[in-house]
Amino acid sequence: MRYLSEYRDPTIAKKLIEDIKKISKKPVKFMEVCGTHTVSISKNGIRQVLPENISLLSGPGCPVCVTANGDIDKAIAIAEAPGVIFTTFGDMMKVPGSYSSLSEKSADGADIRVVYSTLDALKIAKNNPDKKVVFFAVGFETTAPTIALSILEAERQGIKNYFIYSVHKMVPPAMAALLNLGEVKLDGFICPGHVSAIIGSKPYEFIARDHKISCVIAGFEPIDILQSISMLVKQVENGEAKVEIGYKRGVSSLGNTKAQEVMKKVFEACDAEWRGIGVIPESGLSLRTNFEGFDASKIFDVDVPPTKEHLGCSCGEILRGVKLPYDCKLFGKACTPENPIGPCMVSTEGSCAAYYRYGEVVDGV
Amino acid sequence: MCLAVPGKVVRLKDLDMADVEIGGVETEVGLQLVSDVKVGEYVLVHAGYAINKIDEEGAKEMMKLFEEIGELDEIAKLRENDEIS
Ligand code: SF4
Repeated sequence: MRYLSEYRDPTIAKKLIEDIKKISKKPVKFMEVCGTHTVSISKNGIRQVLPENISLLSGPGCPVCVTANGDIDKAIAIAEAPGVIFTTFGDMMKVPGSYSSLSEKSADGADIRVVYSTLDALKIAKNNPDKKVVFFAVGFETTAPTIALSILEAERQGIKNYFIYSVHKMVPPAMAALLNLGEVKLDGFICPGHVSAIIGSKPYEFIARDHKISCVIAGFEPIDILQSISMLVKQVENGEAKVEIGYKRGVSSLGNTKAQEVMKKVFEACDAEWRGIGVIPESGLSLRTNFEGFDASKIFDVDVPPTKEHLGCSCGEILRGVKLPYDCKLFGKACTPENPIGPCMVSTEGSCAAYYRYGEVVDGV
Repeated sequence: MCLAVPGKVVRLKDLDMADVEIGGVETEVGLQLVSDVKVGEYVLVHAGYAINKIDEEGAKEMMKLFEEIGELDEIAKLRENDEIS
């Protein structure tokens, strides 16, 4: 199966669903770790076509959603520092920190600009030599190499007024952290497609080996996802736990080694705080000491008041797979995409936004 | 946010840059993360950089998907409004 004509073919979908129903006996919980998968699953009503013994949970797979309040507060403080042009991917604008959001600060007059890539941020730095241009470096392994390149490029061109505030995170350590927490008993992971395009399939192997949890890397079409679920079900029913690639057109076992090298050259692993999960050792990426001059967290000495979580928001539990969006009392009432209280409702890939947008009705976990 | 979209390489430029057509709009894309890209080939683009090469048929089918999701529109809008200055 390679092309969309086949991914869209309802007879293939039907056959996959029938296959799943036929082979799936045990009650299982699979977690999709990628926000784009969450959207595709909700949009295509995949939960509803699966047999009742299969539950799908959304995990910590949206970089916007897992950014800790404290990191947003610091980003906002940097954006407000004198002489700063703060650049960010659009998704981060409306995410509330403890007291405010970038979007509110922008309305108050801070120079905050939405960019599509670090290339744009670098251009802004070049065009505004008297300003300090800071890029809010948010993302997983898909994004990290592109940001690493911007640092190498700034160095090559001698751009001295470009900095990044890195809250980068890596996916496999978060998957392991959830398993170690032991709050939800998972049987398999639907692994993210484009993170895996960079890292390949090997970094998930310890999860299959040490935790005995099945992993399948999935594409984003409904049939991709159904196929991955059927691969997971087969593994579980056969008593196996291994890493398989269901998204061969985008992912190889080694991934993009060039991108991995760039990432390694610029970044090193560091402990990072995840919303709802806390600090996960070696799950973040910070600039290596020889690139310290580009590190906004070292250059800007900002003071932020203690962080404050939003009363009643269940984003943390949702990101850990402990609750579904409907379990949050604020869902669809006090909290909507127009007036979001937590990041899971802000980001288009957040679970709450996906459930809200596609009106998903699901029984409790 | 980790979604990558397919695009066709229209023009190779200096310093490992290329113009890539994504959803009918030409965008400048960095080629530093991929090897031996030629004009007419397709790449998977994420945050301004090509992160993988893909074959033509696969790329075209993926484009249809992303058009539906609206991701390509968003990129085009950002470019047209010239929010990046
Ligand atoms: S519905 Fe809103 S308040 Fe509740 S968990 Fe989701 S984002 Fe947080």
